[in-house]
Order: sequence, then C-alpha cells, then structure tokens
Amino acid sequence: MSGHAFAENQPDSFAFTPENEAKADALIAKYPAGRQASAVIPLLDLAQRQHDNWLPRVAIEAVAKKLDMAPIRVLEVVTFYTMFNLKPVGKYFLQACTTTPCWLRGSDEMMKCIKDKLGLDNHGASEDGMFSLLEVECLGGCVNAPILQVNDDFYEDMDYDATAELLEALKQGKPPPVGSMKGRNMSESSAGATSLTSLRETEAAYVPRPPKPAVEAPVDAPRDGGDS
Amino acid sequence: MLKDEDRIFTNLYGWFDWGLDGARKRGDWSTTKQILSQTPEEVVELVKASGLRGRGGAGFPTGLKWSFMPKVVGDRPHYLIVNADESEPGTCKDREIMRNDPHKLVEGCLIAGYSMRACAAYIYIRGEFYNESRNLQAAIDQAYDAGLIGKNACGTGYDFDIFLHRGAGAYICGEETALLESLEGKKGQPRLKPPFPAAVGLYGCPSTVNNVESIAVVPEILRRGPEWFAGLGRERNVGTKLFCISGHVNNPCNVEEEMGIPLRELIDKHAGGVIGGWDNLLAVIPGGSSVRCIPKSICDDILMDFDSLMAVKSGLGTAAVIVMNKQTDIVKAIARLSYFYKHESCGQCTPCREGTGWMWRVMERLVTGEAEYEEIDALEQVTKQIEGHTICALGDAAAWPIQGLLTHFRGEVEDRIKEHKASLSTLQAAE
Repeated sequence: MSGHAFAENQPDSFAFTPENEAKADALIAKYPAGRQASAVIPLLDLAQRQHDNWLPRVAIEAVAKKLDMAPIRVLEVVTFYTMFNLKPVGKYFLQACTTTPCWLRGSDEMMKCIKDKLGLDNHGASEDGMFSLLEVECLGGCVNAPILQVNDDFYEDMDYDATAELLEALKQGKPPPVGSMKGRNMSESSAGATSLTSLRETEAAYVPRPPKPAVEAPVDAPRDGGDS
Repeated sequence: MLKDEDRIFTNLYGWFDWGLDGARKRGDWSTTKQILSQTPEEVVELVKASGLRGRGGAGFPTGLKWSFMPKVVGDRPHYLIVNADESEPGTCKDREIMRNDPHKLVEGCLIAGYSMRACAAYIYIRGEFYNESRNLQAAIDQAYDAGLIGKNACGTGYDFDIFLHRGAGAYICGEETALLESLEGKKGQPRLKPPFPAAVGLYGCPSTVNNVESIAVVPEILRRGPEWFAGLGRERNVGTKLFCISGHVNNPCNVEEEMGIPLRELIDKHAGGVIGGWDNLLAVIPGGSSVRCIPKSICDDILMDFDSLMAVKSGLGTAAVIVMNKQTDIVKAIARLSYFYKHESCGQCTPCREGTGWMWRVMERLVTGEAEYEEIDALEQVTKQIEGHTICALGDAAAWPIQGLLTHFRGEVEDRIKEHKASLSTLQAAE
C-alpha cells in the first residue's frame, strides 16, 4: 500500500453502481453462507475499480456494511495488502518492480528513465494526474524482467529505451500491446524456444491462438472484476 | 535432455489454444471419468507411487499430504486450496500454467478434490495476475459449461465446485495458513501449527493447500501411469519440473526439464549460457530468493533436485534459478532481498518484524563498507536467532540468503569494510 494515511479530500458518499452491486452479490455467493467476509478483498477491489483506482473512507465503510463487518476489520485488510490505494493514483499507475531478479536485469535504468521523462521518484505523481509511480516487490514475471506494471498490465523486458517508448505511448493515450517490449513471445527464450519445438510442427496439435479473452477495455476505464 | 513427448506442459509458451477445445486436443480431460472411477484411496496411492513432491518450495510428498485428510466427511466439508499466490522472487512458472494451460489446473483440481472428498476448490491467485486470472476464470467457466465440473462432474455423480479468489498483494499469503486467513477475509498472518490444515483449515474445516504446478501435473501422471513419472529423474527426486531461469543469462526463459538436470546444462542449453561465459559466473540462487546462494565452484557440477541442493545447504525451492555473473555486486543483490523480506514481513512475530529490518539496515551498510568487522559475526548470529524462532518460514527465508552470502562471499564483505576504512584514513591523512 502506498501509505497508511487517508487522502485529504474525501467524497461524501459511495455506493456501488447497480451493475457492480450485482457483481458484488455474485462474488459473495462464492463463499458459504455466513462466510461473506471472505469476499472482502474482491469487494474492495471492485470498489477501487469503480472509484478511479483508489479507496475513499466511505467506500471502505460501504464494503464493511455490505459484508456485515466492523469497518476497522476492513480497514485492517486495506492497509495490509499493497494493491489498495488510500490516495488517488495517476490515470496510468506505474508499478515498477525492483526486486533482485529485476534489478539484475537493469531495473535501475527503468527507474532512471521514469525520473528523466516524468520527473517521478517513488511515491511521486505528475501534476496533471496522468502518472504516479510506486516501487513494488516481485511481480512474478522474473524471466521477463524488468517488469513495469501499468494499471492491470505487465510490460516486460524493459530497459531505458523501452521505458521511454512506453511512457511516450501512454502520454498519447495509446498503450502498446501488453507483454514483452522486445517483441518476444511470453517466457520462451528470445533466441527461439529450446523445447516443445517438435510439437509446433505437428499440425494436429497446432491450433491458432485465439484473440485475447474478453474485450480489452481502455486502460483508463474501470474494468470488470476479474472474478466475475 | 527431456524429450518433448515426456513434457507435461505442452502449451507452456502459449502457441496453442489455451481454451477447452485446444486443451482437449492436447489430451486434457480425455480420461477423467475413468480416473474418477477409482476410489479416492486408489487415486492417492497412485500419486504416492509416482513420487511427486510438492512444487511450491518445500518438496513435501503430494500423495502423502493428501492422505492426511479424514477418510470420511463428517459435519465439516473438505476443501482443496490451490496456492497460486506466486510471489517468490525468481519464480514465474505458475503464471504460465494459468494463462497458457489453465485446463491442466482445472482438471487437476477435480481429481485432487475427489481424492480428498472435497466439496470445492478455492484457487487463491495473486492480485497482480489480473490477465492470468481472466484466462483461468474462462477455463473454469468452460469446464462448468461442458459439465466437467459442478454438479455430477464428468458424469460421475460427484459434485465439485471451483472458485477463483484474487488476492491483493502480499507475499506472505503464499504461506499456507496465511493464505487461509486471507481467504477468510482477514490480514494474511500465519497460524500456529498444529493444528495442521488437514484437521483445521479453511473455516475450521479439513483442507489441503497445494501449489498450482503440483495439482496441474496430476492428470497427466495418472493418464500415463505413476511409473512413467517415477522413471524420470532419480530416486526421491523424480519427474519433470518447470524451471525459471532469470538474471545474468543470455536468454532468460521458462522451461520444463527432467528433475536432476545439471545446473550447467540447464543454463547453457536453455538460457543461452551465462552472460560473459560460464567462467564469468559468480553465483546462482537455485530455488527462489529464499534459498542460500551457491558459488560457481558448486554450480560447476550440481544437479538440480531437492536432495542434491540440500546437500550443499541450499534448496530446489521453486526451481527458480537466479544467475549472477562476475559483474554483479552480490552484497547489494542480497541486500535487496533483505529489503524484500523486511517489506513482506507480516509483523506478527517479533524476531521477524524487528529482525528483518535490522538485518536490512546492516546489509545496506555492508554494501558500502561502512561497518565494523565484528558486525559480520553479529549479523550471522542474528540470522540464527531469527531462523526457527517464528511462526512461519518467512523468518528462515530472510535469514538464509544472508547466511549464504556470509558462507560463500565473506571475503568480499570484509574487503569492502577494509576499502572503506582505507578511504577514511586517506581522507584523514589529506586533512
């Protein structure tokens, strides 16, 4: 979490949209009766997505009420997990991994580029509200290091130039395709796969990869909860 | 080198359709009903016979773990919990399973759940894996629609649900009891064991927590027979394993290989070798950030399996190989891991909460050399006071990387202090 203090400017009220209210009910239904507290993380996530990617006090209270939990228990969860933001974040929320596997592959260069191009240090935000930066711990994509997460998406194989290219594209509101910025496929070797190649040749096994699941919402729009 | 026909994760690189149709073409779901026609005990025995050891880090025999579940469902339902909170630095294998081969996991859940008489599985996926969770949820939905899971799963009369639960960013939730706490809607702080989850787990009910890879390999093992799996690798260290090769190699990648492959072969054949050549290798962290690093002299001929690495006081862990060449500031690399553990400590146990921060601050001074020689011994002693004195293994995990550094690279640490002292005296002389 990017700090444990509430934002200064708090809205007066928060309510789930009817659509999200239905989603919240579907999320709660995943757990046995009486165990609705299990849905606290999914509901906070839903609330955050509805509220420009940060959680005001009223949203936390709304989730507590919906789940019949004491608000302090919900706040406890909010401050324990890093993905909940108590303050506004940029339209493009940059989460840069600098843990050892990313650091070995040059995450310092990625950070330097963000500083050079946007003037941002860790926890920094641009004045126009477009960007904010948070250094995060291991994102779990270490063979594609370094990784820069932008909102929900991982951009991989970053270096100084790739970071500059990505930031420029974001400024223009045109996020590049998610994944490696070097054009390599997933986690296979950039020199070409060293395994499974015999299967690739067998036509029986080969099925063209379908387009990405669900529609890619514009990166700045609230997205569907991944659970629903 | 492992032959392609012996590889389980045939869509590791996402070349093919990850959906149900593609999965079926690759053999998934083909004999599930037949597998489930055996008794739960028979399935457990087959998994035991395969020699499969847990793929999440600890290497506990999977079949044995399943056998700890009560044999009769009493007034509390049984649950299978899948640990998809992949966050161990260096590790990125479950991500590929979930986005490229999710049906292997879904089918594995059904079979594993059946063997422990579970009513449902909860898959706890780390929150950052948003796109991965969409593929996995789509695969679950496809399986429901095709009648493979849910009521009367695969037409066997067995009812089984699978729910996906997204986390929200906390390494500690990869610890099985912290995961259970988190799944119950609380802070992810580990529980004391015993009682173990098989007795008192999710909602106080009998539960078993398994890693994604452990579950996803089960259907293929049962289809081909346990002797096939047990015939790969060497005794007590059998089967195939997903390896993640990161750091200073020419071509970092994930690859499925035979257990016990020599580390050098793994790096040279699949990852294009160490940057600057094998002789430019400094050290490798062979099993994710929590295990002790090994210097080049050990890397030269070490085999990548549980027992070989344990014999050199390291571990296979998650088989995440982090390579560091001679251009690496290894003190800084380990100090960054110390920061990671400080950041991720849940704050419950004093030795870990206070100790991880203390160790990190000392490590930062060792990076610059602004320390006294005695502090090296003090640091080593503190790692031993943390290790084994906390509820969960995060304390151990924070201690081991530093112990590895001090065992194999103590000279490097001492040299820095020496250099720093020398630069100070030069300054004083100049004044």
